[in-house]
Amino acid sequence: MIILLVVVIAVLALAILWVAGAYNTLVRTRNDMRNAWSQIDVQLKRRYDLIPNLVETVKGYAKHERETLDAVIRARQQAINVTADDVQQKAAAENMLSQTLRSLFALAESYPDLKANQNYLALQEELTSTENKIGFARQYYNDAVMRLNNKIEMFPSNIIANMFNFSAGQFFEVEEATQREAPKVEF
Amino acid sequence: MWELVRANQRRSTMLVIAMAFVLAALGYAIGHLFLSGEGWSGLALAVILWAVLAAVTYASGDSIVLALSRARRIEKQHHPVLYNIVEEMTIAAGLPQMPAIYIIDDPAPNAFATGRTPQKAAVAVTAGLLETLSRDELQGVIAHELAHIKNRDVLYMTTLTVMVGTIVILAAVARHMIWFGGGRRRTSRRSGGGGQAEVFIAIAAVVLMILAPLIARLLYFAASRRREYVADGCAALFTRYPEGLASALEKISRTTRSKLAAANEATAPMYLVNPLKVSKAGLANLSATHPPIEERIRILRSMGGEAGLSRYDSAYRQITGRAVGVVPASHRDGQVTRARAAARREEADRRQRVRQATDALWQLNDFIFVPCACGTKLKVPPELRGRSLACPHCGREHAIQ
Repeated sequence: MIILLVVVIAVLALAILWVAGAYNTLVRTRNDMRNAWSQIDVQLKRRYDLIPNLVETVKGYAKHERETLDAVIRARQQAINVTADDVQQKAAAENMLSQTLRSLFALAESYPDLKANQNYLALQEELTSTENKIGFARQYYNDAVMRLNNKIEMFPSNIIANMFNFSAGQFFEVEEATQREAPKVEF
Repeated sequence: MWELVRANQRRSTMLVIAMAFVLAALGYAIGHLFLSGEGWSGLALAVILWAVLAAVTYASGDSIVLALSRARRIEKQHHPVLYNIVEEMTIAAGLPQMPAIYIIDDPAPNAFATGRTPQKAAVAVTAGLLETLSRDELQGVIAHELAHIKNRDVLYMTTLTVMVGTIVILAAVARHMIWFGGGRRRTSRRSGGGGQAEVFIAIAAVVLMILAPLIARLLYFAASRRREYVADGCAALFTRYPEGLASALEKISRTTRSKLAAANEATAPMYLVNPLKVSKAGLANLSATHPPIEERIRILRSMGGEAGLSRYDSAYRQITGRAVGVVPASHRDGQVTRARAAARREEADRRQRVRQATDALWQLNDFIFVPCACGTKLKVPPELRGRSLACPHCGREHAIQ
């Protein structure tokens, strides 16, 4: 009788330990994902802050490129207006902004004076690096989402995940417009 | 991937335990042969020696390594590109905070990481590295160094260095005692009582004294090389661009000046490439802290558009012909991680990079930068503060503040 009691208690204790361990792993993974998201947010804000300076600097050299400059400013405003709750919409707005920025840098190539400007070069490095940081933060975030989702879906951790209502994370997808468009061939 | 640290820890603990066992056996043998008492006194001696060495190493820590390599701490304004790259890789590696950045004024292209925990880490690069590598290549190198930090390689290699050091010292002392007859005292005291078992133990002890330092060293070098491969694999994963590190290694292997003035055997495993001598191609070198550089390049280049650890591991096995890979089994999940395409961005040319690197060093030496209206940037030594100077190009006068 005593032996049976000891066995039952031991099994119960092991079960509780396992539940606690699995729960903690889930929480750790989810926190990792949230941290990664806040890192993306930090870099996105940094980009919003840099853009007005860049536009001002480019204006001084390339007054006739109103269209591109306006497109950048509009894309920035749009990205700021999207709330961070909807990951997919946010990603779409940020991709738009990345593309207009790229066309701005491409445009600058045809202005040698602008390309030699120290201020412009510094801003270009900052923005390029911020783009990279957004990319790497997104990469880390998506890895974290993948790990969390795997744990939520796979046996046996899915039991714990269901018990405590863990919900799957959303990927921050990049679908570049250039990838979706069919290549234009001109003769 | 992110539990690689833990998988590494299990494997490392095994090696540390094995080393501890060799150390204990060696100490016991010394006590048995030379110290009048039992083997335990020798064991105690070994432990004390190890504790002293460990304490000294732990106390001196990173500041000594950085001071020995004459590294100078930089901030963002000194070299914005380097600072940005380190920040990018910190994000990609998911490190809790950015390591401190140092520049070493040395033309040999190399880099190293230090710091027992990611919270107290530092990464140092030479001026030669900054001048030689493009942005993507530098990113690969920094990713490799941050992988060392992320995987706690510094702590592990330091622990091993101390143990190997203790074993080598003990064995050397023991060999000395054999030569100078230290063991005779013991045999004369207990003459007659020995017999065959005693002779056998004595022979085993002597063999151990000769073999222990050799085995310890080989284990140490093998561990160091394995960590280098894993750091390469992690660099590919962090950057999603194996070609960056591959082409950086290729450029470095082509430079003639590769010996670093301020490196030594203890700090060598933490460098990107061996800072002490150029390894001969094709020579299977068992006593090297780093794998042959050509092999590392070939592995990275045969990853075929992928950047994951599973792919790195299979590329490693394919190139080296070894059956056992370097990445722990728990991280070869078979998932495909695609590498990104090469950046189309225009790169700074070599002249610009040399300027950036030397500007950083000028600034660190308190030189004053005065921009002139003609586009020249005057770099004035701090002694001239308060005087005025004419621009050598256009002749405009500048007051130096």
